[in-house]
Amino acid sequence: MPLAQLGAAPPLASFGGAVEFIFTPQTSNVTGGKTVGGFSQVVELTLTQLQVTVLALALALVVALPIGLYLGHRGIGEFFAIGLGNAGRAIPELALIALMAAAIGVGVLNLTIALAVLGVPPILTNAYVGVRQVDRATVDAARGMGMSGFEVLRRVEVPLAIPTLFAGIRGATIAIVATATIAPLAGVLTLGDFIINENVYGEDGVLAGAILVALLALALEFALAGLQRLFTSRGLKVSTA
Amino acid sequence: MPSGSLIAAVGEVGKGFIHERSSETLPCQARSDELFCFDWAKDHIDRYATPTVQHLELVAISVLAGFAIAFALSLLAHRRPWLRPPLLAGTGVLYTIPSIAFFFLLLPITGRGRETAIIALSAYTLQIIYRNTTSGLANVPASVKDAARGMGLSERQVLWKVELPLATPEIVAGLRIATVSTVAIATLAVFAGGGGLGTQIYGGGNLNFATSIIIAGGIAILMALTFDAVLLLVQWLATPWRRAAHE
Amino acid sequence: MRTRTSWARAGTAALLALALALGVAACGSSDDDSTGNGEEGGGAIVSNPKNGKVSLTIGSKNFPEQEILGEIYAQALAAAGYKVKSDLNLGSETVALKAVKTGQISGYPEYASTALTSFFGIEPEEVPADAEGAYLAAKAEFFKEGLTAFPPTPFASANAVGTLKKTAEKLGLKDVSDLKGKSEELTLYGSPECRQRIDCLAGLEKYYGLKFKSFHPVDIGLRYTVLEKGQADLSILFTTDPQLAAEKDKFVILEDDKQVFPAGNVIFVTKQSTAKQAGPDYEKTILQVQKGLTLEVMQELDARVELEKQTPKQAAAAYLKSAGYTG
Repeated sequence: MPLAQLGAAPPLASFGGAVEFIFTPQTSNVTGGKTVGGFSQVVELTLTQLQVTVLALALALVVALPIGLYLGHRGIGEFFAIGLGNAGRAIPELALIALMAAAIGVGVLNLTIALAVLGVPPILTNAYVGVRQVDRATVDAARGMGMSGFEVLRRVEVPLAIPTLFAGIRGATIAIVATATIAPLAGVLTLGDFIINENVYGEDGVLAGAILVALLALALEFALAGLQRLFTSRGLKVSTA
Repeated sequence: MPSGSLIAAVGEVGKGFIHERSSETLPCQARSDELFCFDWAKDHIDRYATPTVQHLELVAISVLAGFAIAFALSLLAHRRPWLRPPLLAGTGVLYTIPSIAFFFLLLPITGRGRETAIIALSAYTLQIIYRNTTSGLANVPASVKDAARGMGLSERQVLWKVELPLATPEIVAGLRIATVSTVAIATLAVFAGGGGLGTQIYGGGNLNFATSIIIAGGIAILMALTFDAVLLLVQWLATPWRRAAHE
Repeated sequence: MRTRTSWARAGTAALLALALALGVAACGSSDDDSTGNGEEGGGAIVSNPKNGKVSLTIGSKNFPEQEILGEIYAQALAAAGYKVKSDLNLGSETVALKAVKTGQISGYPEYASTALTSFFGIEPEEVPADAEGAYLAAKAEFFKEGLTAFPPTPFASANAVGTLKKTAEKLGLKDVSDLKGKSEELTLYGSPECRQRIDCLAGLEKYYGLKFKSFHPVDIGLRYTVLEKGQADLSILFTTDPQLAAEKDKFVILEDDKQVFPAGNVIFVTKQSTAKQAGPDYEKTILQVQKGLTLEVMQELDARVELEKQTPKQAAAAYLKSAGYTG
């Protein structure tokens, strides 16, 4: 009796129910005999979210990093660099997704571009600030040693700016992951599908989706922390130990 | 009651209620290829008044509540360093979880409405404010604290008269970031039935109406930047010694 | 000492601000859309002061036609003297039904066919073809759960498979059955719950034996956008959609030759206990304002919201006024 499933379930989704949802397909709330959930669907949605996140980050890095580093190195465009970071944080993700769907259409490619737009401000601002914060004396010493401008940037300023830079990349990642989660509104199926469509996936699905999204975000943060350690020069590592 | 046959006298719409429409006569807002309809925007700007006010309320209440909690937490952790890692991790988890997940998780527990939205929004601000407050307090030079103690101030006086004032720039910086972020996320409150500018983006016929999305999003961005500027001013006013240093 | 007083002041100000914020939060209501001025007389809805003791919350599902209906009922009940709040745009049918059962809303407008196929597992071919029969069948099932439904509206709406006119012409599509053999190359876009609903994708697969290249769930509000932007070959539309009438040269729906998408008149679903508590005016008012909702009128209201971007509240108010229900 299908109606027995509706409204008769316990009010709170159980953790066990969520774990079960992740690994085994469940019968859906809506009649029609289809199953939802299960490991393969989880993997599929996770991969989609990961794919758009990584691509968008890469795109944002390619655009924002050169500009931010250059402006910071030359010491120009402070208002633009700092202001962009502020403004970027103010963009409502729902409006971005909705505008994308209404204006340029839904789809993985369009979503990636929209997400990259979201990721540019934190990376650009932190690239600028990170380079500007490098001690002037160190830069002067480097120039005194005969390094060209570009070499100063590459061998002195960037390595010293790594912590701030990675903080910006982490901020961009959080914003992109959060926005990718509401992408199902615009037709790209990410883990947010479990969360937004409780009617299809049930409360266990919502909890499962939330847990998975949180795990994904934490995993990405962990990966970035590892990358940061990789990029931090030995000298800095010793001094910050 | 048979469908469509007998309709009572009252209940028939007036003459001219039903309009003829065709592709050629559709107004700007009905056309999907129009990005922004200026005339429509001019005539209908008043529809954004109530959502904007709702949005302001959501942000103000959430940030104030988040600040109150995070500030209390960091004062708690100030003299108990062992509390810091768990508090940082706890608030960090709330920050990492995409807000939409938080909204939908709360729905079965707290139901639809503004309160649910406020809880989710406050939770998101906790880490930023907590981290900046603890960091600001930790960055106060030990020499200054020693000097204050040397002058005979009690620990509590040192905290309120020396450490917190000196930590103010960093605290307000955290407050600024939290407020700007909250304005942006509060658009999601529509999913919890909490009102706000999100209702003009998702709901009614708005999801495919670029003009309304742009107006609502634009108002949100303006609101965020205004809050940011106001808080910057507050920071400037609250730290007269830095102003003096600049002169 | 200057520092002490300025900090005391700052602290007091902060505490006052927090108290003020909490006070605003406590007093403010989340969504108070009470409208209506039935007292002024001249309208066919008479305000009954006894109803003022009853609080009702009217909900709706998540697309414009539903929001308009919700507003019509909410405004009408307010004109009848009830204390009315609206909580529209809840979600799809299972979400709305749960909201009624948990008491979050007093009631919402549902399509009899959706109730029968989605809630009660009735196959499309068993759905009664006439409005009265479908209503009674649904009401009987609702009764078993402590719910009830009020008699139906004049108009009915159904799902439909739609596409761009030029696509239909190019592929020679007139009926849904014409998709046989061609659907493997075509993408279908629909609402998220469409995948499971027997009067949607599940039915297309089961009764028409169609397999699509891919199915993409999108929000209902984008069902025409995805066609226009060329992303969707086919999209699930509604027979009452204003775009079908106003943009006949652009969009077309395929004939449901196997009767998999039953048409549903709207019936108002509410708890039996709510109906008893609210008194006779509850059902009476709703039936009264429904009378004018013919197919043409509903399409006109849909057009005002979906095409001309009026708010559902405005469209509902205009309808109530024009039909003489409110002054």
